[in-house]
Amino acid sequence: MSEVKSRVPDGAEPEFVPKIVAFCCYYCAYSAADLAGSLRLQYPPTIRVIEVPCSGKVDPVILLKAFEEGADGVYVAGCLEGDCHFLKGNFRAKKRVAAVKKILDQIGLDGRRLEMFNLSAAMGTRFAEIAVEMTNRIMELGPSPIRPEAVAARRAAQGEVEPR
Amino acid sequence: MTGERTELTTATAGGDGVYATPSRLERVLKAGHFAVTCEIGPPQSAKAEGIRKHAEVLKDYSDGQNLTDNQTAIVRLCSLAAAVHVKAAGGEPIMQMTARDRNRIAIQSDILGAASLGISNLLCLGGDHQTFGNHPGARNVHDIDSIQMIQIVRQMRDEKKFQCGAEIKSDEPRMFVGAAENPFGDPFEFRVRRLAKKVAAGAEFIQTQCIFDLERFERFMRMVRDEGLDEKVYILAGITPAKSAKALQYMQTVPGMRVPDELIKRMAGAEDQKAEGVRIAVEMIQALKEIKGVRGVHIMAIAWESIVPEIVEKAGLYPRPKVA
Amino acid sequence: MIVAEPKPIAEVAELIKTGRHVLIVGCGECVTVCQAGGEKEVEVLASALRILWKKEGKDGTIDTQTIVRQCEPEYVAELAKKVKDADIVLSLGCGVGVQFIAEAYPDKWVVPGLNTKFGGGTVKAGVWEERCGFCGDCILHLTGGICPVIRCSKSILNGPCGGSQDGHCEVAKDIPCAWQLIYDRLKGLGRLELLDEIRPPKDWRTSRDGGPRKFVKEEAMIE
Repeated sequence: MSEVKSRVPDGAEPEFVPKIVAFCCYYCAYSAADLAGSLRLQYPPTIRVIEVPCSGKVDPVILLKAFEEGADGVYVAGCLEGDCHFLKGNFRAKKRVAAVKKILDQIGLDGRRLEMFNLSAAMGTRFAEIAVEMTNRIMELGPSPIRPEAVAARRAAQGEVEPR
Repeated sequence: MTGERTELTTATAGGDGVYATPSRLERVLKAGHFAVTCEIGPPQSAKAEGIRKHAEVLKDYSDGQNLTDNQTAIVRLCSLAAAVHVKAAGGEPIMQMTARDRNRIAIQSDILGAASLGISNLLCLGGDHQTFGNHPGARNVHDIDSIQMIQIVRQMRDEKKFQCGAEIKSDEPRMFVGAAENPFGDPFEFRVRRLAKKVAAGAEFIQTQCIFDLERFERFMRMVRDEGLDEKVYILAGITPAKSAKALQYMQTVPGMRVPDELIKRMAGAEDQKAEGVRIAVEMIQALKEIKGVRGVHIMAIAWESIVPEIVEKAGLYPRPKVA
Repeated sequence: MIVAEPKPIAEVAELIKTGRHVLIVGCGECVTVCQAGGEKEVEVLASALRILWKKEGKDGTIDTQTIVRQCEPEYVAELAKKVKDADIVLSLGCGVGVQFIAEAYPDKWVVPGLNTKFGGGTVKAGVWEERCGFCGDCILHLTGGICPVIRCSKSILNGPCGGSQDGHCEVAKDIPCAWQLIYDRLKGLGRLELLDEIRPPKDWRTSRDGGPRKFVKEEAMIE
C-alpha cells in the first residue's frame, strides 16, 4: 500500500495533517489493524485508533465529543454485516453514524467527516485502504473549523473588528 | 321490481298532518314516485348568479337540489346561503351540513336560520377531513357526529326541544332529514348496521355514495331488505356521470369509491367518451330502478350540472310529477 | 407517556443565540423513554451546540443537568445552583416540564427544546403512537379498548364514516380506521351489540374545551 500522496488542495495550509479518530471493534477492525501492522503495510500517521469491544458500543455522544475536541474526521470500523460478534452491534453503529452525520450537516460541520466501515479480521489491506481513503477525504474537506488554532484565530480577528 | 311502493311512516307530530314538513321531496317520495335529486356545488366566491342559473334549469328535472357544505374542506359559499339562492330561483334546496366545521350551537342555530328562510330539507354529514382541502391547518370541530346530528334535528322538529333539553317555544324548524351512506365503505358487513343506526336516529331519506359497482350495491340492498330497512327509510341511489376514462381512474383513488376496471375499459374504448358517460349513467339509473328498496336516484354531476337534464330525460324520468 | 420530538437544531440554536451560559435540562421520565430529552439526548445536543458555537466563533458555555422528572417542584429545585449561573435554560422536557421550570425560576429565560406531541406508547422500538385523547370522560369500555376520540381523525362516536377503506382512515393509508379496529375487536369479543347503541353527543367540558383542568386528591394534601 502506498503512502498517502500529499495532495494539497488550493487554499489549504501545507502543514495540514488531519487528526482522524478511528473507533475499531476488537473482534474485526482492531485485529485487521494488527494484521496491517504485521504485514508492514504503510498507512498515514493521521489515524488514532481507539479499541472498543464492539462497534455497537460507540454512542453518538462520543462521536460528537471527538469533533468537539477538534478531530478533523472520525470513523467507526466494525465487523462485516452479518458477522458481528455481538450479532447486531454493527447495525446499531451504522444507524448511529447515519444520525450523527445528519447532525453534523445541520451544524455546518459536514457529515462526510464521519463514516462507517465494515471489514473482517483478515482484511489488513482493507484497513490500510480505509485509512488512506479517509485521510484523502479529510485533506479535501480541510481542517475542522473548530480546531483550537482556528477558533483562537477567529477570536483574535473578531477582537480587532470594530463592533457595529 | 317496479310495482307496489309501500307507504313509509315517519314518526311525526305536527306539520301538515300527513306531511311532517313543507318539503316537496317528502311529498314526491310519500306519493310513491321514483324521486330524482341532484347537486349544485357553490362557488369559491361570493357569486350567486351561477347557483341561480343551475337552479333555474335543474328545478324542472329534479325534486330536490343538494347544496354541498364546503365539500372536500375547500372554502365555498356556504350551503345555507346557496340554498336560499336556489329557493329564490324556484328550486327545492337540500341543505347539506357537516359536523366538521360547526359545533352543536352553530348547527342548531343554522337550522333555525335555514328554516326561517324556507329551507325544508337537511342532509346530515360527518364531512371530509380538512387535510383534503385548502385549509389543512384549520382546527376541526366534530363536536357531534352525523348520527347525533340526525337525532338533534328530529328532536328540534318533533319534540320541539334543543339538544340541551330547552323548549323551542314556537316555530320549530320543520326539516325533512336525510343522511348519506356509503355502500362501498368498510367494514362492509357493518355498513347496513350503521344504516340501521341512522334510521333509528331518525333519518327519513338516504343518499348513497355514487355507484359504479352495481353487483356490490345489489348485495348491499339485499342486506338492507333483510333488515327491513327499505320499509323504514327512502333510499336514493347515487350516480355520477363520468366525462372520461381518466375521470373514472381518478375516482378510483377517492376514499370510499369502487370503480370496476371493466367500466374504465369501456370508457377508454369509446369514440365519444362524454356520450358514453351519459349512456353509462342512464343504464345505471335504469338498473337501479329495478332494485327493490331503491326509491330514487341522486345525480351528482358537480362541474357538469348541465348534463343532468339530458340524463333525466333519457332515463325516462321527465317530466317530474306534480305534488301537493 | 407524553411523547415529544426534538426541535430542529437550527430552531434551538436560534432560541439560545443570545445566551452566554446555557443550561440544558433533561428529564428522566417520558422523554427518556421516547428518546427525545433524556440524559443521552441532552449530552448529544449539548455537544452539537458547542461545536456550532465554536464554529461561529461564539463565546459561551453550555452546561447540562438531567433530573428525575421536570413536572415535580421537588426535583426542579435541584436545578437551583446551575440555573443561577445560567442566562438561558433550555428544557428538553415536555411542555409540562418547561412550564414547571419557568414557574420555579421566573426571573430566568426558559425555552423549549422539544415539540410535545401526544399521549401515547411504544409500538415497537423507535416508534411511538398516539393513543389517548385526554377527554376526561373515558369510554374505552364501550369500544373494546380503542379510543374513538383520538384514534378516529374525526372523533366520531358512532362510527365509521364513509371514508373508511380497507381498514384505513381516509386521511392517510398508514392510519388505521379506529372504527374498523373497534368493529374487529368487538366482533372477536362477541360484543357487537355495543355498536347498535346510539352514543349521545359528548360533554366536552371534561376535555380541553372546558378550560384548563385540575385533579385534586384531598387526602393527599398534607399542607
